[in-house]
Amino acid sequence: MAKKILLSYGSGGVMMHRFINDVIQKKFSNPLLDKLNDQSVFNIEKHRLAFSTDSYVVDPIFFPGGNIGDLAINGTINDLVMCGAKPLYLSVGFIIEEGFDIDSFEVIIDSMSNCAKKAGVNIITGDTKVVQSGKADKIFINTSGIGILENDLNISGDNAKPGDKVIISGTIGDHGMAVLTKREGIMIDSDIKSDTMALNRLVEKMLIHTDKIHAMRDPTRGGVATTLNEIANQSDVGITIYEKNLPIRENVKAACEMLGFDPLYVANEGKLIAFVEPDIAESLVEVMRSTDEGKDACIIGEVIKEYPKKVILKTSIGGSRVVSMLTGEQLPRIC
Amino acid sequence: MKFITEFRDSNLAESIIKLLRKEAYPNSNLMEFCGGHTVAIFRSGIREVVPKNVKMLSGPGCPVCVTSNSDIDKAGKVVRYPDVILTTFGDMMKVPGSYDSLYDLRAKGYDIRVVYSTIDALKIAEENKNKKIVFFGIGFETTAPTIAASIIEAKRRNINNYFVISVLKLTIPAIKKLLSLGEVKVNGIIGPGHVSTITGANDWKFLPDEYKIPCVLTGFEPLDILLGIKSLLDMIKQNKQELVTEYLRSVKPEGNIIAKEMIEKVFIVDDSDWRGFNVIEKSGLKISKEFEEFDAEKVFDLKTEPSIKNCGCKCDEVLRGIISPVECSLFREVCNPENPLGPCMVSSEGACAAYYNYYVE
Repeated sequence: MAKKILLSYGSGGVMMHRFINDVIQKKFSNPLLDKLNDQSVFNIEKHRLAFSTDSYVVDPIFFPGGNIGDLAINGTINDLVMCGAKPLYLSVGFIIEEGFDIDSFEVIIDSMSNCAKKAGVNIITGDTKVVQSGKADKIFINTSGIGILENDLNISGDNAKPGDKVIISGTIGDHGMAVLTKREGIMIDSDIKSDTMALNRLVEKMLIHTDKIHAMRDPTRGGVATTLNEIANQSDVGITIYEKNLPIRENVKAACEMLGFDPLYVANEGKLIAFVEPDIAESLVEVMRSTDEGKDACIIGEVIKEYPKKVILKTSIGGSRVVSMLTGEQLPRIC
Repeated sequence: MKFITEFRDSNLAESIIKLLRKEAYPNSNLMEFCGGHTVAIFRSGIREVVPKNVKMLSGPGCPVCVTSNSDIDKAGKVVRYPDVILTTFGDMMKVPGSYDSLYDLRAKGYDIRVVYSTIDALKIAEENKNKKIVFFGIGFETTAPTIAASIIEAKRRNINNYFVISVLKLTIPAIKKLLSLGEVKVNGIIGPGHVSTITGANDWKFLPDEYKIPCVLTGFEPLDILLGIKSLLDMIKQNKQELVTEYLRSVKPEGNIIAKEMIEKVFIVDDSDWRGFNVIEKSGLKISKEFEEFDAEKVFDLKTEPSIKNCGCKCDEVLRGIISPVECSLFREVCNPENPLGPCMVSSEGACAAYYNYYVE
């Protein structure tokens, strides 16, 4: 049988990483791409620029706390700022299914416009395609973004160092569970809202406070577990996290419990994980907590020399277990 | 009471662990029958905190894992009939049968859909009157009532395009089989909390009475399991054989009468093919004569070629508690969750997957 693309190739987990590494990266390989960050940083004359792209296929397109348009703007902004860049301009590409409700479309682009304004970026180019009914599912959006680095920091997934503290900017699992509880076939009553938001203001404040941030990433698809595993792999270090310290809302916990999900693997759309030098960790958390975006920030663990490329969770009863990278498809089309 | 946080209290857990370590218990093998327990034990790191001379064994209590190749081959055959939509629980998708997994078949273009409950399968049947919707009914006493309910509901609402392949299995005959084989020494059993919620605690008295093995029916939170382990070890030390229900918030002596009546109404007990054990007498549930118009095995010809065992896979031994997953030469490098050779690596409740995902080497 000819090999086919499986849903899990887009899950954010092991299969996707393998597919990207073995099939895509191999063909396009170059030193910038091969860093495998969510954005690339490069120089044009005296300027250091960051460039990133992302496509959004979330289902349902409207969910508590936002819609596909919010994700499309905030998601790409967040990918840019995770290297310390200031986001400047975005492009937007729509693929729309014939018959899609124009009122819904307007709600989506209103959200996009508001998010862009709020973050202080402009959408400066775009493209619109319509395909026959049934050839796409309502609407898919691609955004690309460009930003500028006004510092000489090397904030990169391969730069986490033993001793670093691991900080998360707030509660985990909100976005994934908000989408999931509204999905056809599951539909449970809950007041869980997506955390979709742009993190550029938060990161700006963090960078004013310190230049001792080694790595940052937003734990979207595949959740916190996947992001920590990616950083452990890229930086060739071990990471320990403490179950007791993980900030999870009660309603998210309950929904995860009911549906059999581990919040560590559930997507977030307005959170970041930072790997920072230990001496500034606590003061940085204080700075983060003074912002709306980071009001629930806390230290969840540290980088260790032992267990390279592994993430170890210290359980609340004092045992330990591995937190492995997501395998298979947990939730298709979450962003 | 929120029924979760109270049973994850780390201070209480610590005091039980202290007691466990203070007491000098004899060397013991404790078996958790249920896959849910296997995962809970790994996730909370319990193996690390029990006394060193206490060995935790995983039993055959993961419904996906014990579903035999011959069962999966039936599902693989039914999708080939025209106009069939096969519905199944997600965990079944990747289990390799003799030839294909359902995942492979879906990628080949067969209409196979993952559902969260049988009610979703019924809904698909109502929305697709010109199709035949087959539900692949796997599981133990716990899922049997929901499958029975869907069949009763289909009859009540005259839904005549809904069918079930029933490969449901009963846990108690399997435990009896495992113990009668005598391949592993089991000093105490952590009984399945969910299954006993349906069957009732009384059904588990055979363990102390007939087999002289103490049994504790526990829940799935860290405190439940720690209390269960302590209670078993105390009984072993005092040479007492009793049935203890720790999971009192769920398990009643007589079980869930309504669920049991539904099972009785729709199913009859029959022999069943278990992975790891082959056919065990009177260990399965087939659809009774009264409801045979919903029985996929009566409506479609699902006779398959003799099943083929996956080469080198040691799931059989893992399910019987003879080896731990890490003792299988295929573990991790050859067999892993992305490329599982056996069901114990596929199922989220399988022992191999639990070792792969959580075990700190």
